[in-house]
Amino acid sequence: MVAPYIELRDVRKGFGPVEVLKGVNLKVYPGQVSALVGDNGAGKSTLIKGLAGVQPYDSGEVLVGGEPVHLTSPKDASKLGIEVVYQDLALCENLDIVQNMFLGREEVHQGTLSNGEMEKQASSTLGSLSVRTMKSVRQKVSSLSGGQRQTVAIARAVLQQAKVVILDEPTAALGVAQTEQVLLLVRRLAEQGVGVLIISHNLADVFAVADHINVLYLGTMVAEVETKDSNRDDVVGYITGAKTFTPNLEGAAR
Amino acid sequence: MTTEQKDVDTSLAAKIDTAGGATPPGIATGYEGTAADQFRAYVSRVRSGEMGMLPALGGFVVLCILFQILSPDFLSLPNIANLMTQTAFLGMLAVALVFVILIAEIDLSAGVTAGVGMAVFVQLNNGMGVNWILAFAISLAVGIVIGLFIGYFVAKVGIPSFVVTLGLFLGFQGLQLVILGDGNTYRVTEPAVTAIENSNIPPVVGWILWAIAVLVTLGTAFYDRGRRVRAGVPVRGIGLLFARVAVIAVVSGAVVFLLNLNRGNNPLFPIAGVPIVVPIVVALLWIGTQILDRTRWGIHLYAVGGNPEAARRAGINVAAIRISAFVLCSGLAIVSGLFQASQVGVVGSSFGQTDVLNGVAAAVVGGVSLFGGRGRLVQGLVGALVITAIANGLGLLALPGGINLLVTGGVLVLAATVDALSRKRAGASLARV
Ligand SMILES: Nc1ncnc2c1ncn2[C@@H]1O[C@H](COP(=O)(O)OP(=O)(O)O)[C@@H](O)[C@H]1O
Ligand SMILES: [Mg+2]
Repeated sequence: MVAPYIELRDVRKGFGPVEVLKGVNLKVYPGQVSALVGDNGAGKSTLIKGLAGVQPYDSGEVLVGGEPVHLTSPKDASKLGIEVVYQDLALCENLDIVQNMFLGREEVHQGTLSNGEMEKQASSTLGSLSVRTMKSVRQKVSSLSGGQRQTVAIARAVLQQAKVVILDEPTAALGVAQTEQVLLLVRRLAEQGVGVLIISHNLADVFAVADHINVLYLGTMVAEVETKDSNRDDVVGYITGAKTFTPNLEGAAR
Repeated sequence: MTTEQKDVDTSLAAKIDTAGGATPPGIATGYEGTAADQFRAYVSRVRSGEMGMLPALGGFVVLCILFQILSPDFLSLPNIANLMTQTAFLGMLAVALVFVILIAEIDLSAGVTAGVGMAVFVQLNNGMGVNWILAFAISLAVGIVIGLFIGYFVAKVGIPSFVVTLGLFLGFQGLQLVILGDGNTYRVTEPAVTAIENSNIPPVVGWILWAIAVLVTLGTAFYDRGRRVRAGVPVRGIGLLFARVAVIAVVSGAVVFLLNLNRGNNPLFPIAGVPIVVPIVVALLWIGTQILDRTRWGIHLYAVGGNPEAARRAGINVAAIRISAFVLCSGLAIVSGLFQASQVGVVGSSFGQTDVLNGVAAAVVGGVSLFGGRGRLVQGLVGALVITAIANGLGLLALPGGINLLVTGGVLVLAATVDALSRKRAGASLARV
């Protein structure tokens, strides 16, 4: 078995008296897609905000590449190769694809932008992800579809040489065709050796794309299953709390 | 259930395989293809709502034709020169305002900032006999401090720029009075300052500056092309490069040629040459455009205007960008004040008070979006040219002053409508900002 790139051990987070994460364990493997599912308010966003460094955990251990680390700012996460693509994407519609992919990390030579170099890298990054639906890398983001925007946001993370890309509900706002496009992209990311943690409400998507499924229920990780050993009914049961996950029983049932 | 999932899985895997088997297709950069392809791409961008200053330029041409029909003096040599010197100050103010409009802010105090700056200038220059360059440097410094002040309250304290600068708009009228002394009006006595708007550069120097401008345009075009070639990305055909430079050379050459003709009535005292203010405006515009187009700061300014949250998450210091935009706006407003002082020849307590809304109007007419993130400096100048042409042309027709304001207002609403419609076309709804 591959060693996990990220491992969370017993992380906790509370807001005042409310405990939102009650000792959560999670592993994200390089080259594999891990899904994080759970009902609204289960604590999914809180969990990834901790990983992104924007809202540090109160306690618990975070291991990245086997080493214990402290994630207290987005820069910490970025340095460790952890990139988050938030649901609202945070792209500038008035800028083009290249400018968005390099925003904040523009390459300059003698004080002026190296537009050619950036264009080339953006092209080859998109090419390596087999993105073929865009007319030109100099297209304004305002002219892109939802799926294409998601693609640009993900490509931005890849360009950053991310080791792990965390996607918050990447398909929530997309139609069928565009969802498929983004799921293909997620698989391709994993093929390149990137670890992917995908949050989704859509179990069809999760089963189509994920290798592992982690179920969060009221701040507790109630199930960690291999996609191939599980089915939708079981996962729905874990999400709603109607079913209890018991690793041994699961094994015995097979 | 299980079989159904397997189906989804395999179909996805199959697609990945076929996709992986093919060589990754290159994505176009917009630089490929023939000149005709480039032109078609440009037309389709325009049609999708990226019209830039096209409507304003079109409007300007229509105005020129209309006024020329109504009054043959409109396109006479002296009036063309007039139009340029009259545009200079409003154009500079509009260019100043573009920096803050690009980040979806406003500076209602830009006009009175120019007023305060010029009040300081005349007090130092006339009152205390300070050398005019030093006096102007001090007024510029005053402008920068004003910009820092506005920027601090907008970016750090979080007060809307409309409110901060409305406060300053009122307050600075008082400050002008305090600096000038009650009821005092100063004449601009420094010949160098008067010359900016009222004297011309010798025709030969005009041609030399023209040649320098053309060479710089050609040089930067080759520099950019060379960098793209070294980076190994497609470049446009070399013919297109020469054609672009040639158009710029011919149009600017025609202007220089016309302005170098004698436009005076008395053959003994010919009036010829490009007004001094013109190369100054062109140089400032060129520098500002280079900074916006070629530096990280420039792209960050556009990013803050387009989506401040995205800019923040990308690690951009949004507050610093905002403050710097206000500093540039106030500083350039002082420059526009110098042009106006040169043109009208006096600085009184109401100097600059009615100008700022015309400046904003010029930017909007030029196609700069008040919603931020879209627009270029030159659009401020083109908008100012339209507004100045309306005032100038209607003035020639000796129509009552009220008509001028009515027409300018109508043009402004028209321009804002074009902006709103093109935003809709570009698919950028207001709700998404
Ligand atoms: N900043 C906060 N302050 C107080 N409560 C919060 C805060 N952020 C999240 N919560 C609470 O934590 C719980 C989990 O939220 P969240 O992580 O957003 O869940 P999910 O993303 O799984 O829907 C919710 O009950 C939410 O109200
Ligand atoms: Mg959430």
